[in-house]
Amino acid sequence: MSLLDVKNLKTYFHTRAGTTRAVDDVSFSIDKKEIVGVVGESGSGKSVTCHTMLGLLPQPPAKVEGGSVTFDGQELIGLPAPLLRAIRGKRISMVFQDPMSCLNPYLRIVNQVAEPILIHENVSREQAEARAIEMMKKVGIRDAEQRAHSYPHEFSGGMRQRVMIAMSLVTNPDLLLADEPTTALDVTVQARILEILRELRDELGIAVLFVTHDLGVVADVADRVVVMYRGKIVEQGKVRDIFQNPSHPYVKGLLACRPTLETKYRILPTVDDFLKTEDGEDGSTILGERPDAAERLANLEKEQSSENRGRDATETLLDVKGLGVHFHSGGGFLGKPRESVIAVDDVDLIIPKGRTLGLVGESGCGKTTLGRAILRLQQPTTGSVRYDGEELIFLTQEGMLDYRKRMQIIFQDPYASLNPRQTIEQTLIEPLLVHKIGSSRADRRDRVVSLLEEVGLGAEFLLRYPHEFSGGQRQRISVARALAVQPEFVVCDECVSAMDVSVQAQVLNLLRELQDKRNLTYLFISHDLSVVKFMSDEIAVMKQGRIEEFGSANDIYENPQSDYTRELLDAVPRANF
Amino acid sequence: MLRFLIGRLFQGMLVLLALYTITFFLAKAMPGEPFTSEKNVSAETKANIRKLYGLDQPLWKQYFVYPKNIITEGSFGISTSKGRPVGDIILQSFPNSLLLGLCSLAFAIGIGVPIGVLSAVRKNSWVDWTCMAIAMIGICVPSFTIGPLLQIYAAAHIPGLKVAGWGNLQDVLLPSFTLGLVSAAYLARLTRGGILEVLSQDFVRTAHAKGVSPTKVILKHTLRGGLLPAVAYLGPAFAALISGSFIVETIFQVPGMGQHFVNAATSRDEFLLLGLSLFFGFLIVVMNLLADLLTGLLDPRVRLTGGTE
Repeated sequence: MSLLDVKNLKTYFHTRAGTTRAVDDVSFSIDKKEIVGVVGESGSGKSVTCHTMLGLLPQPPAKVEGGSVTFDGQELIGLPAPLLRAIRGKRISMVFQDPMSCLNPYLRIVNQVAEPILIHENVSREQAEARAIEMMKKVGIRDAEQRAHSYPHEFSGGMRQRVMIAMSLVTNPDLLLADEPTTALDVTVQARILEILRELRDELGIAVLFVTHDLGVVADVADRVVVMYRGKIVEQGKVRDIFQNPSHPYVKGLLACRPTLETKYRILPTVDDFLKTEDGEDGSTILGERPDAAERLANLEKEQSSENRGRDATETLLDVKGLGVHFHSGGGFLGKPRESVIAVDDVDLIIPKGRTLGLVGESGCGKTTLGRAILRLQQPTTGSVRYDGEELIFLTQEGMLDYRKRMQIIFQDPYASLNPRQTIEQTLIEPLLVHKIGSSRADRRDRVVSLLEEVGLGAEFLLRYPHEFSGGQRQRISVARALAVQPEFVVCDECVSAMDVSVQAQVLNLLRELQDKRNLTYLFISHDLSVVKFMSDEIAVMKQGRIEEFGSANDIYENPQSDYTRELLDAVPRANF
Repeated sequence: MLRFLIGRLFQGMLVLLALYTITFFLAKAMPGEPFTSEKNVSAETKANIRKLYGLDQPLWKQYFVYPKNIITEGSFGISTSKGRPVGDIILQSFPNSLLLGLCSLAFAIGIGVPIGVLSAVRKNSWVDWTCMAIAMIGICVPSFTIGPLLQIYAAAHIPGLKVAGWGNLQDVLLPSFTLGLVSAAYLARLTRGGILEVLSQDFVRTAHAKGVSPTKVILKHTLRGGLLPAVAYLGPAFAALISGSFIVETIFQVPGMGQHFVNAATSRDEFLLLGLSLFFGFLIVVMNLLADLLTGLLDPRVRLTGGTE
């Protein structure tokens, strides 16, 4: 008998807008000491499945419409709340995605880690705290005795996630539900957390249900994998089988559209190349294989080989020398002493016209600040930025205006960077007005429409507001906004980080297409090494404000010179079988 | 911490200085003088009185003399309408206002916070709607309506309870209820909002996943953060409560400080006005500081950064 048996589970959300089948007839099982990965994109129902098991969903709007979850012989669906609480945190624990928000900021760490013991076992506070500290050591928190009495905000993201794991394992549970536990972390930290999970599985004999959107992580950590799409399980099996020989078109698409360090394509295949979706009569979705999938793929490959990029490094477009950005905090009247943080430290970069420089590094390394300093959205403290031969640093605001037209930026979060109170038309026309482009209203409108068409949207979207679009569409709008003034140089600041891989592939392809068509120069900033590798001609690896290594994309990946680059590359989870 | 305190005290001094300056010139801008009256007073007498109070001095001298006297002699001047030192008037009336204010504060917290918590926990149920409707009424209905209504009710139904007057301990009941009602209503709304805000956060879900019981989720994981907005409101609100209310004092005949604010203004008693304003400003500054310290106590993240500088 397996430890956990999920059979025909159905969780629907009933709202005024209608019924969403978040989990639709899902069945799978986990054996003792097994790590099962549940993979899917946002909205696929993977987290809801997890939360349904422990009764953690707000009901209403959620409702379990059918099916069963059997844990160690006991049915969890419909179990009275007190009995369910006795299982939560004791026999089944949970680790959540964002360690920043999932720990209580008002309570000391030791208090929170020891809490499950105090709830579920009849032991003294001292004993519970001693065990909590013991577990914190086990997950690799140094100086656990001293740090136990700190508050969450005094810990880094990776350390907080260790605290979460310690907290969930402190009662020796049989099953750990890990909901995107490494998504918010840097790759090197992620690698360490995955290692800890594997070690603890072996040491403590727990089973893990590992929910993630990242196929590489699943391949790295799981024994078996369950792939979900739109509330349904589309395929499940051994990790190796699924990666080497996927049978469902969605899984095929998902595997193909993900740029890996080994990808040699110029244009990525997308899920749409494989999958055909139809709406069924009862509101469910029918998934099928595109009959012409093989043909489309062959075409794609043919294009790739026939079009070898012949763009040589010719003119230098951007020349950055000794750039530094220092932030000052404190120094108020009678306040704290003035402190300086050096976010960007003596950076030299050269980007030739029509090429892409990838800028990669972990969170807090200064890559975003560097991007903004180049555009003078952040005034640099030292150094020089020469664009097309002209020094930008000392230009006045009016002088800068000309260059604002030529240099644009696409931000990370398409939800936050579009004004929610402006229609798409207003958003796109604004830069045209600022730079006095277009002769008349009608002319500007035509330009906006053609821009939208260029990024794969149509004129029918003009009068809509940002919230009416999906994340991928919004980022297309952001791309259109950046391109509205016909720039030559675009900073892409983590512009696909918030996206599902299938959407990411579409946006990356779009950026590529536009680059070829308009001869754009990109500074492509990302924490994701695979994506940077896919997009870039040259790559700069950044660490603590400095450029750690600079070279051609292939050189960096095949022959990294610095230890840090090597460490980063090793930390990328990948499916090597 | 010490640096924070010193900084805040310094800030407080600046606030009081600004307050003094504004009040001083506003008082001077009022038409007439303390001794302007319809009675015919000989020019000589008038000049003597003006000299006695230092009103004959040039404006800029008057502006500096008052703070100088506070610092060197601890004197807030002599009330021109009452002929007594302003310090004495404050000392005499403030204890009454303080008692009244403390009682209404206790009432406001004792009623407002539990109602807010209850509303938040039973969000969008009839309990919530009822509580919030009552709170809305409490905010909307002015004390000069509530006060007399209470008096009428007490006179008819509660034997032995005086409807106005001051002296017995039970005399505090009606005015403090009237005075505290608005604060209670605000507190209920702020607490509800604060708790709901915290309840929507991820760490509450973590607590549920650990098997924490619903009651404990509220008491241990939610209340501290949920009370922060209420605490921020309580600082200035407390200062306002203990410095008296003209309306409530008049209705219930409480010899408190609030009446003097109005009387000082109407009788052009600028020294009393200045003294009371500075005293009130001082209370506000101190209470805000206390509220900030309490916030730091509740929220460890504020503690390190040294409050809202």
